Amino acid sequence: MARFLQAVADGISGGAVYALMAAGLTLIFGVLDIINIAQGILVVLAAYLSYALSVHLQLDPLLGLVITVPVMFVLGVIIQWAFIRRLRGRERTAMSLLVCYAVAVIIEGALYAEFGGTPVTIHMSYATSPTAQVHVLGFYLGYIYLIGFGLAVVAIAGIYLLLYRTKFGRSIRATTQDAVAARLIGINVDRVAAVTFGIGVAVTAAGGMVFGATNAFNPDSGYDLISRLLSIVILGGLGSIGGALVAAMFMVTLEEIVNIWQPTWAVVVYYAALVIVLFLRPNGLFGKKAVRAQ
Amino acid sequence: MSALLRTEGLAKAYGGVQALNGASIEVSPGRITGLIGPNGSGKTTLFNVITGYARADAGQVFLDDRPITNFRPERVFALGIGRTFQLTRIFPSLTVLENMLIAAQHKERSRNPFAVAGGPASRRHAMELLEFTGIVSHASALAQTLSYGQRKLLELSYVLVADPDVVLLDEPAGGVNPSLINHLATRIRELNAAGKTFLIVEHNMDFVMRLCDPITVLDYGSVIASGPPDLVRNDPKVLDAYLGVGDDES
Amino acid sequence: MTTARVWQWSGSLLLLAAAAVFPLAFTNPAITNYGVYTLIFVAAASAWNIFSGYSGYISLGHAVFFGSGAYFTGIATRDWHYTGSQVFALLPLAGLVGAILAVPFGLLALQVRRHTFVVMTIAVFFIFQLMAYNLATTGGTSGLLAPTINYNAATYNNPFYYAAFAIAAGTITLSWLIRRSRFGLQLRAIRDDEDRARGLGVRAMQVKLSSFVISAVPVAMIGGVWWYYTTLVDPSSGFDPLFDVAVALMAFLGGLGTVAGPALGALIIEPAELYFQQQVSSGYIFLILYGALFLVVILIMPRGILPTAGELITKWLTRRKNGTGPTGQRPPVGASSSEVDPTTDDSQGQSPRASTASGLA
Repeated sequence: MARFLQAVADGISGGAVYALMAAGLTLIFGVLDIINIAQGILVVLAAYLSYALSVHLQLDPLLGLVITVPVMFVLGVIIQWAFIRRLRGRERTAMSLLVCYAVAVIIEGALYAEFGGTPVTIHMSYATSPTAQVHVLGFYLGYIYLIGFGLAVVAIAGIYLLLYRTKFGRSIRATTQDAVAARLIGINVDRVAAVTFGIGVAVTAAGGMVFGATNAFNPDSGYDLISRLLSIVILGGLGSIGGALVAAMFMVTLEEIVNIWQPTWAVVVYYAALVIVLFLRPNGLFGKKAVRAQ
Repeated sequence: MSALLRTEGLAKAYGGVQALNGASIEVSPGRITGLIGPNGSGKTTLFNVITGYARADAGQVFLDDRPITNFRPERVFALGIGRTFQLTRIFPSLTVLENMLIAAQHKERSRNPFAVAGGPASRRHAMELLEFTGIVSHASALAQTLSYGQRKLLELSYVLVADPDVVLLDEPAGGVNPSLINHLATRIRELNAAGKTFLIVEHNMDFVMRLCDPITVLDYGSVIASGPPDLVRNDPKVLDAYLGVGDDES
Repeated sequence: MTTARVWQWSGSLLLLAAAAVFPLAFTNPAITNYGVYTLIFVAAASAWNIFSGYSGYISLGHAVFFGSGAYFTGIATRDWHYTGSQVFALLPLAGLVGAILAVPFGLLALQVRRHTFVVMTIAVFFIFQLMAYNLATTGGTSGLLAPTINYNAATYNNPFYYAAFAIAAGTITLSWLIRRSRFGLQLRAIRDDEDRARGLGVRAMQVKLSSFVISAVPVAMIGGVWWYYTTLVDPSSGFDPLFDVAVALMAFLGGLGTVAGPALGALIIEPAELYFQQQVSSGYIFLILYGALFLVVILIMPRGILPTAGELITKWLTRRKNGTGPTGQRPPVGASSSEVDPTTDDSQGQSPRASTASGLA
């Protein structure tokens, strides 16, 4: 039972970090109606950025966010402006997947060129060492998980504030509802799309930092990440940030629990659960029913 | 005279909006029935429920006294109800002729799915219909190259190619230029003379009054009047419904 | 139009003949090696296109069939003690395995559309990959080794080449038959507007599932050939996430939803990929080049080579025609055409008889 509760605690704290990365993905989908399949490798890229800053400049990864967040934001804006913006027409869904994939492959190649394939981890002596943990209510939680949880909460709250408390957030929400109508009432949809893509990518800076501190990673890690992130956003309902939050907690906790008894099958259970839920609820847990003209 | 298509007390709510509220209509064989009503009175929802694109919360649909409530769209179509959409829905990357053959395919006698699409008979019939509606010269063009009015004609043509017992037209004259409206009215009248039954939703009052008899009026999801054009035109409830919501479309 | 068809036919036959004699003309094993891998992807891309190209549902899970075909052939060869050329006799069975797997897979995944469908296929893909890692019969991480064959070294590649050639040619023929059939027309209607197609009597689920199953068969068969040729399948190479992306890229490059496009795409990309892999010692440069090529293709030619080329040719022909006749002019809508214009005859060569609308009633 103790192990079970520990698994739940790990699942929730770990799930929060996945939720953060998935929130970016689902935000991008809501506004642009595309899936940024490069999100996984962007997380890895952000992790490497934090890693490089901490190794070469002895910059604390947490402090390094001051640099990595803007860098990732700008990168996101560039990707949207240079490639995604140009896609139009009937095959846009498929095309955008392929474009994002191409971007992912290029980043992967660049990361191999710069860092090689040997797995690395971000070291934060005060947060990642085995003794750096708190003991609450009978659970052991590493500081890094607490930091990750805190970062996720702050970032997701920030996105919510932006969406629901600012004028620009209103533009984003309007574009999500109906891009054509938004354009008609004078919203610069291209700018909204670029900034949204930027924000969606910027959250990978925090996500990547925590991911890199809790896992050994190499450029290949992007594939595993993106498949998990995709499962989470689809399960939560595409476009729903709250849904991504719940789905991330659910999926990671489920995996942690199965992990207690059957480590080899934990991931199979993870994907099987996804398939079953989608079969029963094709629009995910919190997805709106897809509406189309008439 | 028994109705060919009949609904009884259909109800359908979207969220808090009661789009249909006990709608009962009748479509008699060989007639052109008009369905009018202010915006949001449930006309398109009624079409969607009849043709299986939306599920009824309550009520029944009968075709030839046979219940067909909540049948899937492909079944409703196979049973003999064809429809067009308010915003035309054609297949843009297929040619005009291929659009026609899609609607004709379920009547093909060959059970071999690998048979070349559209046997000689289907093709001939399709071409005849395209000629009838006046877009035969575009038969081998991609449907996406058609103008808006031509798309309306194509949609009408491919609904006809399947030879349904009842044809449901959702705003056939909407957004179409006057000469094309006349062309459409003539074609519909000719088809009707040959025995085809129609149910037409339309905002263009002139078009409806000239073409349809009887006319059924929907308001807030229920029928408030039904009868010959002259009767409906002077019904105070109908005037109320239109003036009450300030709908001035005609 | 008939001249175009003569060209199409003679071109296809010429290509077929060229592919058939290729290993006789180029006997260097290094070259025929290119041939085998290219044909493997010609078959895979053409088969993928039968489902994804025609129906518009982008599957990123066809590696499930590729890997299952490879594993089935491997397991059957091991357990039934097949050797040498006997193994090729297992390929039809591998295809059957692919078809059987495709039924539940399709029934699950085809309930959903667009992005959700893509993610469904990815999820099923990962389940299969993880099963390959964890099941007892698949050999786990080390995978399944093929028995050595005592073929003559000089012509070692030829049996594999012809096996792949047969599957590729069969797949393209099947794709062509489907494209011109009623079934193909229904698939393309689903691609344009599935709900509308259902409203016109298309049994969408049945049609989608059929094409999913059909497209799984050649992929599973070619997976068997691939295993026997590379002599090893392990979970990461058999169930490779890059497989579907590569196949999709080939189809997009050549022309999604066309008969010859995916094959053309495979003919261009696979040899280039093999060449680069050999020339560039470090894999990462290859990745960057690959991604860049990918971007260029999609941004410059979003519809693929064949549709773009077809458009250019049509434009050129129309311009020539317009000099001599009024073909380019549209008659006013609503003008009653008294006769069917014979020039509007479609490419199927079925001349509709000029007639009045009397057949309506």
